[in-house]
Amino acid sequence: MKVESALGKNETALKHPGLNKKRLTYFLRRDWQLYVLLLIPLAFVLVFKYAPMSGLVLAFKEYKLAKGVWGSEWVGFQVFMDIFDRPDFIRAVRNTLLLNLLDLLFSFTMPIILALLLNEIKSVKFKRVNQSLLYLPHFLSWIIIGAIAYQLLGEGNGAINNVIEGLGGNRVPFLQEDTHWLISYLAIGVWQSMGWGTILYLASISSINPEMYEAATVDGAGRLRKMWNVTLPSIRVTIVTLLIMNLGRIMDGSFERIYSLQNKATTEFTTTIPVLVYRWGIESGNFSRATAVGLFQAAIGLVLVLLADRIAKKLGQDGLL
Amino acid sequence: MKTVSGALVVRRRRRFDFWDVLIHGIILLASLACLLPFVHVVAKSLSADAYVIANKVFLWPMGVNFEAYGKIFADKSILQSFYISVIVTTLFTILGMIITICAAYPLSRYTLKGRTFFTFIFMFTLFFSGGIIPEYMLINDLGLLETIWSMILPPAFSAFNLLIMKTSLQSSIPESLEESARIDGAGHFRILWSIVLPLSRPVIATLSLFYAVGRWNAYQDALFYIKQNTDLRPLQLKLYYLVIQASESFQLEATQVSLSNPEVLKASCVVFATLPILLIYPFIQKYFVQGALLGAVKG
Repeated sequence: MKVESALGKNETALKHPGLNKKRLTYFLRRDWQLYVLLLIPLAFVLVFKYAPMSGLVLAFKEYKLAKGVWGSEWVGFQVFMDIFDRPDFIRAVRNTLLLNLLDLLFSFTMPIILALLLNEIKSVKFKRVNQSLLYLPHFLSWIIIGAIAYQLLGEGNGAINNVIEGLGGNRVPFLQEDTHWLISYLAIGVWQSMGWGTILYLASISSINPEMYEAATVDGAGRLRKMWNVTLPSIRVTIVTLLIMNLGRIMDGSFERIYSLQNKATTEFTTTIPVLVYRWGIESGNFSRATAVGLFQAAIGLVLVLLADRIAKKLGQDGLL
Repeated sequence: MKTVSGALVVRRRRRFDFWDVLIHGIILLASLACLLPFVHVVAKSLSADAYVIANKVFLWPMGVNFEAYGKIFADKSILQSFYISVIVTTLFTILGMIITICAAYPLSRYTLKGRTFFTFIFMFTLFFSGGIIPEYMLINDLGLLETIWSMILPPAFSAFNLLIMKTSLQSSIPESLEESARIDGAGHFRILWSIVLPLSRPVIATLSLFYAVGRWNAYQDALFYIKQNTDLRPLQLKLYYLVIQASESFQLEATQVSLSNPEVLKASCVVFATLPILLIYPFIQKYFVQGALLGAVKG
């Protein structure tokens, strides 16, 4: 955006000399229609995005339903002190970080591998059919994915357990025991995102100069050598940018993904920050505590994203802002 | 297909290429992993209960019948939730597009005074938000809880979609075109309506699909905001209560003694809810790929 706006200013200055000195009324008269158009989205953003931010004061108050948000008493950082002492909160932070880091390890790397392999396919038709199949899970809701997961991985009558039993093995509690659940959660994440994640990598692979491959062939490089020494370095920029962006979101968590896969038997890893906010806030009505947890997450998230942006720019990338 | 391309390589290199076979094999396995779960669920939904209870159904239905689908179409609450999903998705997509265009067009004009300021106001929402509870309280204060508007109004503005629209307008509409229209006496409304919108059909299609599929698939806000008024549950939320939480039973006729295995019903419910997406998937896929690439230019 920085580059664009700088360019925009230059262009503006060239085309309309003296424009910057004009009065505000001049612009209002000239572009009033543009400002009228802007009123609609502005109204929505102010009401539905900015107004809730004022509700964050709840994190510093002891919310009483009878007194309302503004009438409730200020308590400073007491609510934060309170939640930091709660084992549920500690566990939610641990789980959020754990699930996201493991996701980064598996769900982030799988698309890279898959893109490298897809790039080696010569038949256009074979590639297209397989890409369509691989992209499919991305279009499904987490509810449907969760429902299918239980149909396949359920301990009592899941299809995969039927196969395992048919082959003489024991039934595995894929979704009904904590550690197994964690592995299933990660595997389902990989399944859902591996195909769709290849798109950006394939796009940057397609912009590699074919002469690089020809030169490598002349030098006697085999297929793996070319993959390692030509393709991979060429998409390094994309990989690093996406990695930094993902690190910036390490405190986020998908409520929908967890919620459609959790069950009563597996509570160890399913309490993440958004789940805790829902449970404390909307289910139990403890708004102050839940708001404080949300604010804690949002503040760390903002700092991380800004840091990620700074690092990306240091490395010569466009950055996110 | 695998053998065809394999044969081509063999002819050119005059030898069996081990890596080629391995790579094709891995890709094929990954695709099958994406496809077979659906095949299994479809097979289950069409099978007779006895075979499903005996864990005999894998990829091919046994004792084919459409009884479970008959039950879905006889269940008023499932049809109702489907209907709610259609209404919410339609209204949401129209509103979302109006908001996106109204924001993107002015922000894509370089000569607009205050452009940087407005852009910042919109984009800041990508990085910071009030969060679940303050938003819940706002919806409550506005009296939107337990109404379909709680699923339409709050998420209608999407900074990410605005970014895509703005980038696309900046790169696809040459400023000279706009200038000549201005010289001919056209105002901004006229330019937007007669020039910009007709030229932006592809990106409008892409973003409409982003909005529509996103809305169709989401259930978090419905779970938060629609608690008592069960008639307003969208399809995904209905599915959550029916299949995942299994806290709710299918509305079977009271006189009818049901011997049906819920597993078959669950499977047919999943198919019923997936079908709309699967039907349009072949047509929308390319728009999504384009959108993903546009979004990656910035962001």
